[in-house]
Amino acid sequence: MFDIENLSYQTGRKTLLQQVSFRARPGELLAVVGANGAGKSTLLRLLSGDLTPTSGLVHFDGQPLGELPAATLARRRAVLTQQHTLSLAFPVEELVMMGRYPYFQNQPTALDHWIVEAALSTVGLSALARRSYPTLSGGEQQRAQLARVLAQVWEAQEGFLLLDEPLTGLDLHHQHHTLDIARDLVLRGFGVIAVLHDLNLAAQYADRILLLAQGQPVAYGSPDQVLTCENIHRGFQIDVQLLPHPHLSCPLIVPCPRRAV
Amino acid sequence: MPTLTQAPHHTLNTPPTQSLPGRRPVVSRGQRYLLPGLAILLVGAVLVGAGVGAVAVPVPAVVGILLHKLGVSTGLAYEPQQEAVLWAIRLPRVCLGVLVGAALGLAGASMQGLFRNPLADAGLIGISSGASLAAVAAIVLEVKLLTVFAGLAAVREMLGFYLLPTVAFAGACGTTFLVYRISREGGRTVIATMLLVGLAINALAGACTGLLTYVATDEQLRSITFWGLGSLGGASWPTVLRLLPFLVLPLLWLPRLGKPLNLLALGESQATHLGLPVGRLKQQLIGLSTLAVGASVAVVGAIGFLGLIVPHLIRLVAGPDNRLVLAGSALGGAVVLVLADTLARTIVAPAELPIGILTALLGAPAFLWILLREQKLRRS
Repeated sequence: MFDIENLSYQTGRKTLLQQVSFRARPGELLAVVGANGAGKSTLLRLLSGDLTPTSGLVHFDGQPLGELPAATLARRRAVLTQQHTLSLAFPVEELVMMGRYPYFQNQPTALDHWIVEAALSTVGLSALARRSYPTLSGGEQQRAQLARVLAQVWEAQEGFLLLDEPLTGLDLHHQHHTLDIARDLVLRGFGVIAVLHDLNLAAQYADRILLLAQGQPVAYGSPDQVLTCENIHRGFQIDVQLLPHPHLSCPLIVPCPRRAV
Repeated sequence: MPTLTQAPHHTLNTPPTQSLPGRRPVVSRGQRYLLPGLAILLVGAVLVGAGVGAVAVPVPAVVGILLHKLGVSTGLAYEPQQEAVLWAIRLPRVCLGVLVGAALGLAGASMQGLFRNPLADAGLIGISSGASLAAVAAIVLEVKLLTVFAGLAAVREMLGFYLLPTVAFAGACGTTFLVYRISREGGRTVIATMLLVGLAINALAGACTGLLTYVATDEQLRSITFWGLGSLGGASWPTVLRLLPFLVLPLLWLPRLGKPLNLLALGESQATHLGLPVGRLKQQLIGLSTLAVGASVAVVGAIGFLGLIVPHLIRLVAGPDNRLVLAGSALGGAVVLVLADTLARTIVAPAELPIGILTALLGAPAFLWILLREQKLRRS
């Protein structure tokens, strides 16, 4: 469980994040939404330990994040970042196996191999297991990285997944498929924190939503509470209309045309 | 909570507790045979290197002499002269070649992993240029300094023949430490900055070396040139034994860093998320590589291209997995240097070609060939 208290982050004079507090529980999907530069990625990097907060606290399972050994943390939470720099010609299955590196010394066990295979089939890349990573398309690379992250916490108890824009470069089918995977994890007791851009996807899949604007929290709560016309206007400077979703109980957000009559 | 229909193929299963299906990833032929193949090649290279020369020692004689030294008598015939040449001249030289080749190959592979760039080598962070500057400074300024500081004469007396290697090693460590220190930003070493700082320090060291060369006498120039081209010619058992303590740690430790280096290939933050202590890994890579290359360069001079090209060749055969690339580069570097040295001392016999010239002469076209081949593969 992540406990975030009055989290702020500054570089130089610029405040990127100010006074953010929330709690992310296992068994919940928390979507972080907001305009470009609202501080979503900064928040995720603070949670993953890449950045040290200027003030405020990040607790993971009741302990300050900085005091947890990296190896212990690696078995409990996995992070999918936005940018991937791997240019070496590793086979996809070895990339996914890297998610298991925290668990074995020299040679992977049968369990590690099993998990790699299962992670690959989960993201639908079993057929490309032997392909060299750089030859994959952008979306396939993104899914391969997701498989690596899944393998890392596959059998963790109350594990956490931090996903920074996990849907970038994915087609419609795989966007929903990725969020389906996230929901499956939540059902198994995982906590998932995902930065999302599509408010309708956030409404459909998230248990809770945190809306940020210019580094400050605008709203935090269930999709119905957060995704109101006023909040969305404050977050994105855009007028929207909320329609009932034809199949689900969540709202459907439709931007008003700029020259609405 | 909205309910979603779930397709059956993406449910995350918990693994069965018993009898996991043991499908293992297919290991390519290159991966499987790389290390045994290189080990056999190395034995062959050592036998060739020990046998070829003005006094030929055929393979059975080499084996006979070695076993005799180990206290095993065989019926293999050899002459006393062969034994003397092999023991006093050839074997120390071959051993030096194996050690230095392995050190240069390993350090090259480590730096390519650290910089996540296949064009990196140990020269990039100032190891070679620092060693060169210090060595040249020692050659040129020695006499002048001796007259100024009487105390230096005592140091010179103590180090004797080892003055130059010691100074070169200190120079290598000094420049690398400088590059490392300047690249630190808020307690972290920024690799991109390190590359640029390395460039600047290399240029500075090069300029100072040039300045010293400019004021050098003709005799000093000969020493400088010879040192800059590299040679295993001075090899003796004492040389090997002096080098060995410096290389034990890097040669045993660096090959074990393959797994962490694979994670580093994902990116620094990604590696950190997977529990890798990235800062410590960088320190290990830089420290051990400096030890390996600094000590080698100090003893045999600058030998170019080996650290760059050997890891490339290994990756060509076995793929990018650093667990194989590191061990393979050590063995491959040893094979290449022993063979190159054998060629260097026989091709213009009775004279000797400086080995640095040979490695660059053979290495550069080979490197170009690899690049062109990769280009062609990418296009098709």
